Amino acid sequence: MTAIPTQRPMTRLVILDRSVRVLFHPILMVSLYLLFAGHNQPGGGFVGGLVAGAALAMQFVAGGIDEVRRLSRFRPWTILGTGLLVSFLTASAPLFFGDAILTTTLFIREVPILGTVKTTSALLFDLGVYFLVVGLVLMIFEAFGDEPASHSPHPPSHEARR
Amino acid sequence: MRALLVLHLVVGLGIVAFGTRLGRRALLLGAVPSAVTIGWLATQLGTLLDGGVITESLTWVPALGLSIDLRLDAFAALMVVLIAGIGLAVFVYGRSYFSVTTAAVGRLAGLLTLFAGSMLGVALADHLIVLYTCWELTSITSYLVIGNDHTSAKARAAALHALLITGGGGLAMLGGFMVLAQETGTYRLSEILAAAPSGRAVGIALVLVLLGVLTKSAQYPFHGWLAGAMAAPTPVSAYLHSATMVKAGVYLLARLAPVFAVVGFWRPALVTIGLGTMLGGGLRALRQTDLKLLLAFGTVSQLGLMTLLFGLGTPDAVTAGCVLLLAHGLFKAALFMVVGILDHQTGTRDIRELPALDRGWRPVIAVAVLSAASMAGLPALFGFIAKEAAYGAVIDAGLGGTWFVVGCLVAASAITTAYSIRFVWGAFYGPRLDSQRVSVSPHPRPPSLAFLGPALAVAVPTALLGLVPGVLDQTVTAAGRSLDSAAASVHLLVWHGINAALVLSASAILAGVALFVLRKPVDRLLRIGDRLPDGGDAYLGGLRLLNATADRITGLVQNGSLPIYTGVILLTAAFLPLAALLTDSPWPGWPEPAVDPANLLIAGVIIGSALAAAVIRRRLSAVIFLGVTGYGMSALFGIRGAPDLALTQVAIETLSTVMFVLVLRRLPDRFERRSAVSLRAPRVIIATAVASVVFVFAVVAAGNRVAEPVADEIVARAYPEGHGRNIVNVILVDFRALDTAGEITVLAAAAIGAVALARAGRRPPGQPSRPPTTTNLSDIEERP
Repeated sequence: MTAIPTQRPMTRLVILDRSVRVLFHPILMVSLYLLFAGHNQPGGGFVGGLVAGAALAMQFVAGGIDEVRRLSRFRPWTILGTGLLVSFLTASAPLFFGDAILTTTLFIREVPILGTVKTTSALLFDLGVYFLVVGLVLMIFEAFGDEPASHSPHPPSHEARR
Repeated sequence: MRALLVLHLVVGLGIVAFGTRLGRRALLLGAVPSAVTIGWLATQLGTLLDGGVITESLTWVPALGLSIDLRLDAFAALMVVLIAGIGLAVFVYGRSYFSVTTAAVGRLAGLLTLFAGSMLGVALADHLIVLYTCWELTSITSYLVIGNDHTSAKARAAALHALLITGGGGLAMLGGFMVLAQETGTYRLSEILAAAPSGRAVGIALVLVLLGVLTKSAQYPFHGWLAGAMAAPTPVSAYLHSATMVKAGVYLLARLAPVFAVVGFWRPALVTIGLGTMLGGGLRALRQTDLKLLLAFGTVSQLGLMTLLFGLGTPDAVTAGCVLLLAHGLFKAALFMVVGILDHQTGTRDIRELPALDRGWRPVIAVAVLSAASMAGLPALFGFIAKEAAYGAVIDAGLGGTWFVVGCLVAASAITTAYSIRFVWGAFYGPRLDSQRVSVSPHPRPPSLAFLGPALAVAVPTALLGLVPGVLDQTVTAAGRSLDSAAASVHLLVWHGINAALVLSASAILAGVALFVLRKPVDRLLRIGDRLPDGGDAYLGGLRLLNATADRITGLVQNGSLPIYTGVILLTAAFLPLAALLTDSPWPGWPEPAVDPANLLIAGVIIGSALAAAVIRRRLSAVIFLGVTGYGMSALFGIRGAPDLALTQVAIETLSTVMFVLVLRRLPDRFERRSAVSLRAPRVIIATAVASVVFVFAVVAAGNRVAEPVADEIVARAYPEGHGRNIVNVILVDFRALDTAGEITVLAAAAIGAVALARAGRRPPGQPSRPPTTTNLSDIEERP
């Protein structure tokens, strides 16, 4: 294993670590599947986001907040805000075409390999929800995920400067 | 028109987002929407001058009758000319005014563009809700630009003052709009005006609307915020706080006056307020040493005159108001720009500190003298034409007390003349005391052509329109007629022959000159202006009261005890449904028990783990048992045929357990030692009460259905209309997507709140740890 870039010594369990590495990306794929399949089968942006959040939670359990931070170069609130923005832009987009707000549009396209793909603009709305939930989970890790001062081997003054 | 608003929005937001990289070029980019607006308006000119109206409508929430109705008539076009024309000049001017180092010049340019768009919306809106939204957007952009220098407590306090006063007035106005819409059954301003409703409710609605108008247009006693707003950079003051935003109030007044001036209180109230503002503002202007404040109080005074004219509401007065609107916009913007040039080149705008200026400054002096003379109402300038029209309209209005009103008008004009002279004298020929301030440059360089150009461009029409006012005949006639179809066609002339208006003008000018010459002997008299109540104390008192009350209520409601919070929430949840249960809800009998083994097994697990969670003493174990009840619920959902719900519940349970653990790390391992019976009894009672009420309610509610369930319809329409086979998802993202939008907003707010709460005590290295405060009371109380 490579050097662990956390500030304080942290015990990492090899089995847990390896399992998380193996499972992380498949779970993310499942979450994306839930997002895209959601309109016709069980799933949707909210569940998809939560499952992605669960994948992040595994990373957190294995490597702490630094491991989670390393996953994305975007800050949690950027992801949260992007989600909110995407949803609201999708909601208000029909206005520019003379339709009422939140009107759903159906798109049917021939896509190579996949064949006929039927999507609705609601998918974009759901994508916003997905990002928002992922951002929410990341933000909660950001808020409460660092080591509490009383458990830290370092003096509290150092802890406060994290 | 819609495209113009969107253009402003997109360019404005773009500049705000990327403005830091653009630097001063952002100002040129910000000028583009204004230039496009002017170009577009030019193509519509023919229609407008013939009395035509251009409308556009876009319904966005048909069920609520919400639509974006835009309407451009000749009067709105007059406002658009001011907004886009002066906007263009201000953007170009700002390029020279702001140095590269000005804090956040990009953001400022973006905000100005957004402001221009909102103001355009105010002028074009025909739907009252659109009007209200744009109206408040101008207040908000004004707040942001006044407080642009956020390191200055004074600027922040002034920004807040302006926002609270104009925003509060706007809220009152919204109430008035709603009453008007209820009375007439439409939110379209043009239809309301055509319906000309009357009655007590309409009277109350008008009072509310006028509160919005008077606060926005800085009328006594609400004018205090405008002086404070001078903390904004000068180009901003020239644009928002003289030429456009403060005119929004009189603009709406002008729209309403022809129809509602007959309402009993309208004329006496507005004429009184207008006269008071005119005189009070003028008197304050006469004693200022800060040139910018002088102009600000001058603006208050001129807005008073406009309130007076539009308040009279006769066809002549309304037309005169239109001329004054344009004239004031031109000369006041030029004068503000001159102050900005002086301030920028010399480092001061105080009459007592300004250094002597050399020959290179002559063009600046020319612009200032020209515009100030127009402000004073000297002949052969546009201001003179406007003032003549005003005198004529007041004399011909034929209302009671005409001569008193005319007397006040002459007095106010005399004061205007006097402070106009004071402006020119103070700026260029003043006392010239040697300034001790290091920042004042003793030999200021004259401004570059690019700097002076916009001021010149705004001042030239003042002179031209003063010489050949006839070119405006058609425009002013069309504008007047779009407000009041009875308005006569107007012929603006430089020389009307010797009539009452001319005599009044001449005497006002002479009196004004005398007032300036004799300023020292009458100084004591002029101090009346400073002693007039200015609403500032009421504002501060109100704020203090609000803070004190908020403190009290917070102390009462948020006492910090978690058991009490949860107790209150749970008891409310338990007892509110009781009202419904006890009235007209017969007991439907016990439901059919589901006895198949899977259900029983899961129910047993849920009940067992719930009991365990209640009695166990280790927090971690309690959380895990709580999670088990949740997983049990999702298993129930699963076998009852709701896979979507089950999936969501599993994900939620997993994540919330993880999050519980995160928080638990900061708490003691175990719950407190078993507490006394007196403490435990209430908890047991509350828990039992909640459980029983929820259970009984669920049984009774399910057995007492009175309306057809919507579920069937949703199922039937999910695929044809929502294009999805997963009904739950179709409901979430289509049928009830507005709810989802609301919920994700709440989630986002909660996430931001959680991070803020968790970080409250921490500070980055090097900064003293202190509790985070957004608004200090001391900030608010800094007198602008």
